[in-house]
Amino acid sequence: MKNQLNITVRLILFISAALVYSTSIVTAQNEDCLACHSDNSLTYEKNGKEVSLFVNEEKYSNSIHTDIACTDCHEDYDAEELPHKEGENIYKVDCSSCHDVGAFGKSVHGQKKVDCSNCHSKHEIKEASEFKGNEKQLCLSCHKTSNVKAFEKSIHAVNASDKSLSCLDCHNGTAHEVTSAKFSEEQLHSVCSSCHQGAVDNFEKSLHGEALTKGRFLAPNCLTCHGSHKILSSKNEKSNTYKMNIPSLCGDCHKDGTRVSELRNISQRHILADYAFSIHADGIFKRGLLGSAVCTDCHFSHNILPHENPKSSINRKNIASTCTQCHVQIEKVHAKVIKGELWEKQPHVIPACVDCHQPHKVRRVVYEEKYTDKLCMSCHGNKNLTKEADGKSVSLYVDYEKLGKSVHFESSCIKCHTNVNVKNNPICISSGKVDCSMCHAEQVAKFAGSRHGTLHAEGSENAPYCTDCHGKHDMYSKNSVDSPTSRRHIPDLCAQCHRSGEKASVLRHDQRDIVANYAMSIHGKGLLSSGLTVTATCIDCHETHHELPATDSNSTVNHNNISETCSKCHYGIYEKFQYSIHSPEVNVTKKLLPVCSDCHQSHTIKRVDQDNFRQHIYEQCGNCHLDVTDTYFETFHGKVSKLGAVQSAKCYDCHGAHEILPSYDPGSKLHRNNIVETCKTCHPNSNRMFVGYLTHATHHDREKYPFLFYTFWGMTILLVSTFTFFGLHTLLWLPRALAERKRHKKNSDEQNK
Amino acid sequence: MSAENNTENKKVHYERFDKFTRSLHIMVIISFISLAITGMVIKFSGVGIFQSISKFLGGYEVTGFVHRLAAVITFAYFGLHVFYLARKKKVEKRSIKYMLSGENSMVPNKRDWKEFVGTVKWFLGVGPRPEYGRWTYWEKFDYFAVFWGVMIIGLSGLFLWFPEFFTSLGIPGWLINVATIIHSDEALLATGFIFTVHFFNTHFRPDKFPIDTVIFTGSISLEELKEDRPRQYKYLVETGQLEKFLVDPPSPQLVKTARIFGFSALTLGILLIVMIIYSMIFLYQ
Repeated sequence: MKNQLNITVRLILFISAALVYSTSIVTAQNEDCLACHSDNSLTYEKNGKEVSLFVNEEKYSNSIHTDIACTDCHEDYDAEELPHKEGENIYKVDCSSCHDVGAFGKSVHGQKKVDCSNCHSKHEIKEASEFKGNEKQLCLSCHKTSNVKAFEKSIHAVNASDKSLSCLDCHNGTAHEVTSAKFSEEQLHSVCSSCHQGAVDNFEKSLHGEALTKGRFLAPNCLTCHGSHKILSSKNEKSNTYKMNIPSLCGDCHKDGTRVSELRNISQRHILADYAFSIHADGIFKRGLLGSAVCTDCHFSHNILPHENPKSSINRKNIASTCTQCHVQIEKVHAKVIKGELWEKQPHVIPACVDCHQPHKVRRVVYEEKYTDKLCMSCHGNKNLTKEADGKSVSLYVDYEKLGKSVHFESSCIKCHTNVNVKNNPICISSGKVDCSMCHAEQVAKFAGSRHGTLHAEGSENAPYCTDCHGKHDMYSKNSVDSPTSRRHIPDLCAQCHRSGEKASVLRHDQRDIVANYAMSIHGKGLLSSGLTVTATCIDCHETHHELPATDSNSTVNHNNISETCSKCHYGIYEKFQYSIHSPEVNVTKKLLPVCSDCHQSHTIKRVDQDNFRQHIYEQCGNCHLDVTDTYFETFHGKVSKLGAVQSAKCYDCHGAHEILPSYDPGSKLHRNNIVETCKTCHPNSNRMFVGYLTHATHHDREKYPFLFYTFWGMTILLVSTFTFFGLHTLLWLPRALAERKRHKKNSDEQNK
Repeated sequence: MSAENNTENKKVHYERFDKFTRSLHIMVIISFISLAITGMVIKFSGVGIFQSISKFLGGYEVTGFVHRLAAVITFAYFGLHVFYLARKKKVEKRSIKYMLSGENSMVPNKRDWKEFVGTVKWFLGVGPRPEYGRWTYWEKFDYFAVFWGVMIIGLSGLFLWFPEFFTSLGIPGWLINVATIIHSDEALLATGFIFTVHFFNTHFRPDKFPIDTVIFTGSISLEELKEDRPRQYKYLVETGQLEKFLVDPPSPQLVKTARIFGFSALTLGILLIVMIIYSMIFLYQ
């Protein structure tokens, strides 16, 4: 053990002594060399050039080779000979004797005979770590082309953060393995994707990337657009990818006449030229509006896809969302087209932006919506155009002139006939029925819930569809007097089906001949005789699109809803009625309270100041108050009424009509405080005693009207007895007088003989 | 004796009604028929035929006006008749007693009762026909029926015509209803009586059938007078007054006119009574 320890100690001591010795030897040797070479005027001529042989002792001593003797590198010199033998390659130093430079030899530098000293210097060699930060300058000291030089100003070099790149970040990591500047595409992508993963991924899937993968030589790569060393931020105006430079960048390949343009298989021509005149180009180039769209705003920059691709930003399906990136508020002006988000949810149903606004020609002009109509009319303008449907020949002729006068005169054919498909020929084939709900969603929804709508949904042949009332191409606004849906023509329109004998004539017992009756009603006369379009027509009571049978509790003509329906026009009356004894709000009863239509017959509704209305109180008040109506007709008012006296007091003249209240109510017209005044409307001299007249008196009621009862029976007895007496008198007289006469005649006959 | 000659040659008719009375009866006929028709129209206003009549006459306003106009005529003839009686009393210097119980008086008396009993006996074939005087008991009844009727119907009618005025005097309103019943039923009685009993007694009884135009022509033949009213004839002869009342027979023109007018009135009356009976049986409650 002791021996072993001694050996180790001895060995350490020996190595230390050797090191100290050798250093001292190196120092002694180098001093010899520097005796001459520390003179900075020491030169020699080589190939006519003066080369300095000065070695900065101080710097050398600071270099990593400071402990190495000059002769360790400059191997082939003869120390005795001064100056050193010419022609011998003593200047050429072979670093490989100490350093493994195999990799360097394979590198582009190695192959191009770049010396180690070109980068590492000769006598001032530093630690590798000290290169950091200076590599760029080092490279640029040789690579002096403007392209490479521009790197210094590029986004990669001057990135504000610490992430600024050096040459080696792209050109293969380690210093000695720098490969050819010509990256393969694969290398290039892997280089760029190390930082720009997303962009590269997108690019690889793009039209450009695909072409590149297939090896199409026209296909662009990253550098085509972004450049190599002079890559600038797209926010930098000098950048190729700066927004204002995009059209020219893309135009490099895509303008007319280029080889790329010859490859195009799309309907667009003169893309760049068209773009130049478009409102987008106008915005950006003439007005400096950076928000205006350039190629990449619609096509996107890296993930450019052909329009057939469903993921493409310019696919028909996605156009709307692409355009609305900028045209956020476009819904405000295109409201009718895209209401209910149809634009986004059902892009196949309605035209896309580009159907009207040609993609590269997005001009400032307001497009005539109907420009596609010419195509439609080229066939549908033919009067003989027909199709076969269910074995019947159906005309497909469209009177374009009429369409032009219709309410849809501004709409193009395709706005309604949305199911046209360019894949079909003709494109309109099997495009199906027009769905009006695209624009008129509310109305169609109402219709669907109506009796008409439910019958239509059940497939009833008799049920009307939108076009049955509104017409097809010759559809007019309801405000147009020519329209079948104008207020003026509504009764005729509904009559087409609801007139007696027609398919939808109502056969309820009390509602026959509704159309004929309506014409005679005050509403009908108002419309048809007086020309008042404000008068109620069918649709005002039954609702336009949401008509329901009266039995339906949601119907506007349901017993419970009638009052409200009438109040739309007769609100003042409704207000009065609300406070009357007939109002369910006032009168809580299980009895069925009357509503407007109980007195004012729905279709035969009369003017109340015309004969017929006032003569029908039996059907009005009499419906419920039969006993008092009966007795009313036993008194003077009632009796003259039966003779056609319109002015004579009727129920409502005394009781009030809509504001009717029981006589004990102080508000009643018959309340004892009011009745004298009420009678005064007809009897100006009415007085407290006068109003004691019994307007509903009957002499049949002994309990209630004893005076009348006994007067009547007194008179009746008088009559009966008088007639009985004289009846008998006469009956006795007659046979006697006849007999007398016979005898008389006989006598005179005898006398004559 | 020239008077006697005249009697034989010319004056063979006895003047039963003077011109004033005849004129008055025309007023009665016109106003009564008018009142009856326009009144029944409202009494039976629920009956179609009466509604049609009202419409035909120009509506209830017209019938109402006609009814009131006829009422005025009624009050007029009533007044005129009273005036006539007063004048007669004054001019002919008649005593009240004569007016109330004389041979020409309208006031019923004991003899009328006897005549009625006699008439019933005659009807039953147990006695001769009584010798009637100028006014039989049924004629007196007719006369007072008008008096009674005009008073009752007229007063109640005025009440219905001016209800505000009468109630303002303090008459209660329900009396209007009472007045309505009285007016209406009394009118029915009057109408029914005149158009049946009066018509039969005067015109349709076999010895006068179909019409007795004396109320228009004013005179009857002496033969008829002797036959029909033997007591009056006797009285006239006895008192020597007959000659005073002898007149020319009515001209054929007058007779013709009287018959046309008379038949019209009778027809209207009959038609009305038929309609009333029809209404009362089938439609009146």
